[in-house]
Order: sequence, then C-alpha cells, then structure tokens
Amino acid sequence: MTTRLVEVQQLKKWFPVKGGVFAKTVASVKAVDEVSFFIDQGETLSLVGESGSGKTTAGRTMLKLLRPTSGKIIYKGKDITNLTPNQMRPLRRNMQIMFQDPYGSLNPRMPVGDIIQEPLDVHGIGTRKERKQAVATMMETVGLRPEYEKRYPHEFSGGQRQRIGVARALIINPELLVLDEPISALDVSIQSQIINLLQELQQRLSLTYLFIAHDLAVVRHMSDRVAVMYLGKIVETADNDELFDHPLHPYTQALLSAVPVPDPDVKRERIILQGDVPSPVNPPSGCHFRTRCPYAMPICKDQEPLVIEVAPGHTVACHLLTQK
Amino acid sequence: MDNREILVDIKNLRTFFYTEDGVVPAVDGIDLTIHRGEVVGLVGESGCGKSVTALSIIRLIPNPPGKIIGGEIFFHGEDLLKKNAEEMRMIRGDKISMIFQEPMTSLNPVYTIGDQISEAITLHQKIDAVEAKKRTIEMLHLVGIPEPERRFSQYPHEMSGGMRQRVMIAMALSSNPDLLISDEATTALDVTIQAQILDLMRGLQKKLGMAILIITHNLAVVAEMAETISIAYAGKIVESASAREIFKSPHHPYTYGLLQSIPKFTEKKTNEPLPAIEGMVPSPYHMPKGCRFNPRCPFATEKCREEEPEILEFSPGHLVRCFHPIES
Repeated sequence: MTTRLVEVQQLKKWFPVKGGVFAKTVASVKAVDEVSFFIDQGETLSLVGESGSGKTTAGRTMLKLLRPTSGKIIYKGKDITNLTPNQMRPLRRNMQIMFQDPYGSLNPRMPVGDIIQEPLDVHGIGTRKERKQAVATMMETVGLRPEYEKRYPHEFSGGQRQRIGVARALIINPELLVLDEPISALDVSIQSQIINLLQELQQRLSLTYLFIAHDLAVVRHMSDRVAVMYLGKIVETADNDELFDHPLHPYTQALLSAVPVPDPDVKRERIILQGDVPSPVNPPSGCHFRTRCPYAMPICKDQEPLVIEVAPGHTVACHLLTQK
Repeated sequence: MDNREILVDIKNLRTFFYTEDGVVPAVDGIDLTIHRGEVVGLVGESGCGKSVTALSIIRLIPNPPGKIIGGEIFFHGEDLLKKNAEEMRMIRGDKISMIFQEPMTSLNPVYTIGDQISEAITLHQKIDAVEAKKRTIEMLHLVGIPEPERRFSQYPHEMSGGMRQRVMIAMALSSNPDLLISDEATTALDVTIQAQILDLMRGLQKKLGMAILIITHNLAVVAEMAETISIAYAGKIVESASAREIFKSPHHPYTYGLLQSIPKFTEKKTNEPLPAIEGMVPSPYHMPKGCRFNPRCPFATEKCREEEPEILEFSPGHLVRCFHPIES
C-alpha cells in the first residue's frame, strides 16, 4: 500500500512586476499557475520542462521556501499551506533540497565538515560528538573521505561538491528531497556517478524525490512518474513508461521528439516547434501552448483545457482529447 | 576513404598555458582532418582541450598566458600558424567563422543586430552600406528569423536565446565560409530550441556546403550531426572514426565507458546502476604519467602507467590511442 507523502492542489505562485512612480504592481509573472500533483512515499516524481516553465518555482513553493499565492500544500495529510516559519521548522527536518550549482550553493568560507553539520546545529540534533560522528558517516555514505572535513569547497571538483550537497541534505534524515537539476552542471562521466549515488541512497534510506530536470534521458532513467510543465501549467502527468511510450499532449510529443539520441542509426520523426516560449507575464489566453501547437483549434484560444484522466494515473490537459 | 579535398589538417597541435600555478598542457598533440563540406564532431569533457583547439585554429589564444608551442594547422594547404596577424584577420570571419555557446556575450549589446551583421559583411566584402543591408536581411531570412526587415533594427536584448543564436549563425555565414566552427552552440538552449537550431544548421550545411566542426560534450548532438567524430581526453585525441563506428564499435575504454554511462532515452527504467567511469578528469597541472586515462581505466596495466600510447589505425579509418583497445 502506497502512502501519499505530499500533495499540492491548485498551487499558484505569481511574482509581482513593479512599475511606475509608486512601484505599484503592474503585472504578475505567473510562474506557477494552478498546478496540482502528488508524490507517494518512496517514489520519484520528475518535473520536466524548459526554462521558464516554472518547474523550479513549483518545487520551491511546495517546500514553502516561497510563499504560495494560492492553493494548498498537504504534507502527510496535514495542510501546511498557512503554517508560520516557526510552525514549519520541525517539518523542515523532513524535507530538504539540493541545488543545481555546485559552486554557488556552498559557503566558500566554511570547511565542508561544518557545511554538512550545519543542519544538525540548526535543528539541535545530538551532542557535539554525535554530530561529528554523523558527519563522518555521512561523508563516507556519499563517497567522500571523512578526513577531508577540514577542507574548503574550492578544493573540490564539481562532482565532489554535489556529493557535499547530498550529504548536507541527507544528514538530518529527511523523507523528501527536492533535487533541482542536481547533475546538469556536471561533466558527462561524473553525471552517471551522481545518478547512481542518488538512486542507491533512495533505496537504502527509502527517500522520496521530486526530481526537477530538463534532461529527458536522465528523467527516463530516474523517475517513477513524470509531470511535464509548460509556461506555469502541468500539461501531462503519467507513469514513466506510459509518458515516454504514449505521450498524448502535443507539447510532450514535441519535447520528446526534440531530444537528440546518441545513436547515428536512429532516424526519428521530429516535430520542430515553431517560435519561442511566450512570456509568463502575459501568457496566451486559453491553452498556454496554443501559439506553438501544430493542432491548435479555435477553442484553444477561448477556453483553458481541463485536466482529464485518460487512463489510470495518466492525466492530460488538451482540447484534442475532448473535441474528438 | 574520403575522396573530398582536405580542407583543414591539424598535425600534432600543442597549445600550452603558462600560469602562475604551472604549465597547463591544454592541447597536447591533437590531430584532426576536416574535408571540404564534412561535418566533424570533436567531443570531450571540460578540460579536454576541445575549445582550445578551436581557438588555436582561428589563432585567438590569449597570449600570455597561452601559446601554441608546436604543430601545424593547414587550411587550404597553407599553415595558419605561419600567418601574421593581418593575414589571420582576413581569414577569420571570412573563410573560417565561429559561433559560441553564449550568443548574448558574443553580440554587442549597444548595436542593433543589423549593424553588427552588416559590419561583418562590409569588413570582408567590398560592398557599400545599401548592398550590405540587403545582404544582411537576406541572411536573417536564411536563418529563419521572421520579419527580417523589422528585426534588422532590434538590439540583442530584444531577442530570445534561440533567436540570438540564429543571428550569430547569420553573421558567421554571411561571408560564405569554408569552415564553420560551432563551439557548444546549442548547449545553453532548451531542447525544443536546440532541435530548431540543429535542424537549421543541417539545412544550411546542405544548401551552402561548408564544412562544420562541431565542438560539444553532448554525444547525442554529434550522433545526429557529424559524419566523423574525434573523442578528446586530457588534451589528446583518444579515438577518431566515422560516427557509426564510434557509436557501434568504440575501441578506446574511455569512449566505451562514456557511451555506457549515459542514460538511454529510449530504454525503459531499471533500478540497475549506470556503468559509470570511476574517478575524475586529471588536474591539468598533474597529468598522469603514461596514458592519461590510466587512473580511471579498468584495463590499465603496468605498461599504461609507464608509457604513452601512440594513436594508431585499428581498422581502416578508425584511430585509437590505447595499448589494450576493446574488441567489439
């Protein structure tokens, strides 16, 4: 029996755009616009999309690192949307995040042992000695030599820094880990090392991952389920194989067809989308994708498509499925 | 093998950087041949010397600290390393053009894109401003920029990343070059935009017939674009063959390991770990003795730790720098 760990409902995160003499809000960047998804215990849900699709904002808002504009966040059956930072603190132990940039996300003036230990200090866990011990064990777990604890981040390579990021996120035993593009900044031969580490740790520590990524080959390898975002909306959600083998939304189809394949013999039917992603300040009316959609119909301009379940666990928001 | 005329022939190129911390042999014996109209991929991870190779070809190595200390770069049979600065300036942006990863930093933010492309055109072709503008609009049209007349007077910041890269391509191709060097030109772009740009480059190559040197870390991109692929590691070419050979029967343990380690988009999810290459790229200040890949190589022997392998022909047209090439 799977248990639902976290669920977001109609989540919205709009950023105000200030303008004019009195810095009034003149518009909003609709980074995340009524997005709903859930993650079950022990699984990996991937949020994929191109830059500006809102995937990172969705992940951060789910953790309440950003205050949601509206919508609900439910963690283990409890509505945490309106908890104060103080009320959130005990819950923070259970949810951690790891960032893309292995250079910008570690304090350059702190030895890595202290960086990894900091969450324990913040949450007041264990005695001094226990914390030191925990750091040494965690460093070994992620494949770093414990004797490096006195070294500074600049002495480590990108791959090792991401290991430090993993160690810092996992030291307080979280249940949920948001991985925000954890391998995109790494070299190809190092990427697979970090992917393996993340998968091994997930099994060993029964972690739940929200994996935010744009590399679809990695997403296919890592995920149980995948949600595709476009301009602040989730357009399609399905199980891994279902999504990659039977994509239904025209955007998902185009996105999958655009991925280059490392095999010169594979000649794929490619859907080349015209134009660029519109601005999230002023997204197209109706379906956000309609301006680039090869199948756009008049209704797509007037009405926003509803999310419908086409098969168990496979949801799509597209008029094509209801207009037939 | 290839009956086409040889356009670029790089022989034993060595470009070193003399820094305060020591000497970096960024390119240490790279050989590369590009035929007329051929699309060649140069693939490797950061620090393998792929970009320095490109900058060496167009002689834009910052000196100091960098210096080309050896080798030859023949272009149309003439050694570019023997050209003086003035002669190089006439080749660069004319017969050889280059596009870079970040189009925003390659474009001047205070000039309109039309001015910038026209400037490149008037610099190399003896035509007046009116003619140059006409040609610029033609080029913008060629690279698929909608409403080129209007776009002519726009500034780089008014365009998206994909559009800016199209502008760079328009500028690079305006002189009708024989060689286009593309250094990670699609790396910073989104997947659907990358597909657009690759599609554009493929189409223009067919139409205009220039040779392209594609420099990238992305194996999938060269699989789709290149006829011939060279794999670089720590300043040396370790393997070179047709694209098909590289992907179907790699012989160097590094190439093999790299291909094994990338997740396959077309394969179903498994919980098996990826066959990763252990360790990391060596520090350029402390290159390992013998074969530079030996500390990470599962097949390394005493010989690999002591002697440096030569690059040899394993089968016709397939070069490998390894004492123990994989038979596959």
